[in-house]
Amino acid sequence: MKVSIFTTCMMDLISPQVGKDMVEVLERLGCTVDVPEKQICCGQPTFNSGYVEASWPVMHNQIDALAAIDCDYIVCSAGSCTAIMKEYPTLLADDPTDPNGQYMAQAKILAAKMYEFSQFIWRVLGIADCGAELTTVATYHRSCHMTRLLGERETPFWLLENVKGLEVRQLAGIQYCCGFGGTFSVKESAISELMVTAKVSHAEATGAAVLISCDPGCLMNIGGRFNRLGKPIKIMHLAEVLNQNVDERRIRKVSEVPTPAPAPFP
Amino acid sequence: MGLKTSTLPFNERIAAAAQDQFAHASIAKAQDTQYDKREKARAELGHWQDWRKLGQSIRQHVLQYLPDYLEEFSDNVEKRGGHVFFAQTTEEANHFILDVIKQQNGHHVVKSKSMVTAELDLDKKLQALPDVSVLETDLAEFILQEDDWDEPSHIVFPAIHKDRNQVHTIFQKLGYTGDNDPKHMARFARQYLRERFLEADIGITGCNFAIADSGIINLDTNEGNADLADSIPATQIVVMGMERLVPSMKEAEIMDNLLARSAVGQKLTTYVTFEGQQSVGESDGPANFYVVILDNQRSQALGTEFQEILQCIRCGACLNVCPVYRQIGGHGYGSLYPGPVGAVLSPILGGYEQFGELPFASSLCAACTETCPVLIPLHNLLIKHREVETDRLKMMHGFTDLQMKMVGKGTASPFMFNTILRFKHLGLAPWTHQRPMSVTNFFAYGGAMITNGPGMVSGWTDVRDLPAPPKHQDDFRVWFKQHKQQRGDTK
Ligand code: SF4
Repeated sequence: MKVSIFTTCMMDLISPQVGKDMVEVLERLGCTVDVPEKQICCGQPTFNSGYVEASWPVMHNQIDALAAIDCDYIVCSAGSCTAIMKEYPTLLADDPTDPNGQYMAQAKILAAKMYEFSQFIWRVLGIADCGAELTTVATYHRSCHMTRLLGERETPFWLLENVKGLEVRQLAGIQYCCGFGGTFSVKESAISELMVTAKVSHAEATGAAVLISCDPGCLMNIGGRFNRLGKPIKIMHLAEVLNQNVDERRIRKVSEVPTPAPAPFP
Repeated sequence: MGLKTSTLPFNERIAAAAQDQFAHASIAKAQDTQYDKREKARAELGHWQDWRKLGQSIRQHVLQYLPDYLEEFSDNVEKRGGHVFFAQTTEEANHFILDVIKQQNGHHVVKSKSMVTAELDLDKKLQALPDVSVLETDLAEFILQEDDWDEPSHIVFPAIHKDRNQVHTIFQKLGYTGDNDPKHMARFARQYLRERFLEADIGITGCNFAIADSGIINLDTNEGNADLADSIPATQIVVMGMERLVPSMKEAEIMDNLLARSAVGQKLTTYVTFEGQQSVGESDGPANFYVVILDNQRSQALGTEFQEILQCIRCGACLNVCPVYRQIGGHGYGSLYPGPVGAVLSPILGGYEQFGELPFASSLCAACTETCPVLIPLHNLLIKHREVETDRLKMMHGFTDLQMKMVGKGTASPFMFNTILRFKHLGLAPWTHQRPMSVTNFFAYGGAMITNGPGMVSGWTDVRDLPAPPKHQDDFRVWFKQHKQQRGDTK
């Protein structure tokens, strides 16, 4: 199975380790992984800030870059970026710079191949246990876009359940945004501060040593606030968790057929 | 004050909200309580997603044929002997209402809760009349009135920012001598209000839904005060936004269901009232029935990308799930309509000059869109506003604007992005510091942090630390190239 990695600008700029872990996990599970070279960013930083005209070229580049490499699936390290790429066909309907709908047509093909990392492992590969082991107490932060725009609420929990030695404690107020919101965190930092502080308190209250998520943006936000406050926590992307102390004999499939991805806002 | 509820600039409002510990705790508690009640009430109904679709289609249908339904409704009100006045502006509406009070020789006005009269700033106008007294009879609105007309901070629970001790202090000024038990205080308010109801000659109410095919209105309340306001005084003035119609009782029933479950987590509100001009043979109801239908820029949204916001039934659910509202409360928004619905609606009603910041006061987490009982894509409408302000009205200026345009260029060009990847570590070095780290495995390169970043980055580092970006040699893509070679790929 040929898999392209959708890197996201954040992974390229700040968190290379997430990418390395993703590649190693996917290869271990039998995928042939490649990284399309010209890809950059899904366009959310500008699009969600209202710079819509400036976003069309970003999206076009992303489409060209991902379409340039033949693959069965595209797997992304962030729920949020996955969600917007699945929304591309809707967004591009308003794109005046794509009059013949070429990008739109490509976007539809790409959207169908696009999966968030945990989703891909569970729903496409049908794998429940990646063989990982991590003996600690953790809590999981759900990103809003992964939960609501992508509609994926479950797969990270299922995969975490099968990590040997790991206790996952429920995060109170899990439905509330951590205050990242892309450029929101920068433009409305006063509001964002209140939100992320609330999230830090909730995470602290679980007594967990590790905070896990499927969105590096949220992790960078919550982790950054923890550090500013001088409070201890370990930050891990799910891919890093699934790449800890792996015992390949434990890798277990649950199904041979892909289970359909949920709809947004179920 | 009308639509705008504060003269403070946006950042000062946020700072004030951040300080207000009382409001913070009250709002969080109310949100959490409502969460459970709402989800339970919706689950009990079953097939919630289908009900939402039905609600959406009813509201969209009404908006599509709005002129026809307005005409039908107004014809039917008049057939029953009532009067309808179409007000383009708040001035026209106020003028008409004050005229009616004068004509009817009214001296004692009782009001039940109505956001549209707050939009008109009607209380102020009434207070200015000689020999006219005005009393808000919704318990929460009454509390605000007695607290020197404090501004509401929620569209369903206007006094959500006050706790019982604050209410206690307010009531003591009215002669209340009991304790701070909400039940006792409510009993006191009830008695106080009841006496005033009996002398009232004008009742002013809002309208949850106007029933087009019968010329009556539908009110959903929990306190019964609206029923007294529409049945004791001889004259009733209903004030409603121009979009609040349903074709018939059949649709009203569905909308009431969606509203009660979403707004207060009940199957139905305690009082579900259908009423209008008293007709021959009826023993109660207003002898003089007036309906004021307000436009106030609503029609500007018709036929535009913002039309869907007119589907809103003012249930307040989007406020109750909103993490931003949770932190800054209604007063932080500085609009009568706060929360996600307010951030979309306020710029339409009051313009971007006044309310241009509100669409940006959202992390786009989409909790609002997820909960809205009539499927308004709230977070997408917020992005639309941002687009209008940024691309069309060119309201963004200065360094931030320049930086955002550079972000656009940098993320569209592989050449530029590669350059950025090469120089990001070095470029940010002047702002990068070795710092003791409490967080482990935090992306941070070599344990270094950016603590007071340049330009837009400062917005980030005002609040939290930023991991230093890796050296180019340690980038993911560089690693992957080597990895591929080791893997033995020929390419
Ligand atoms: S926008 Fe939707 S959720 Fe918000 S108040 Fe209106 S109907 Fe309720």
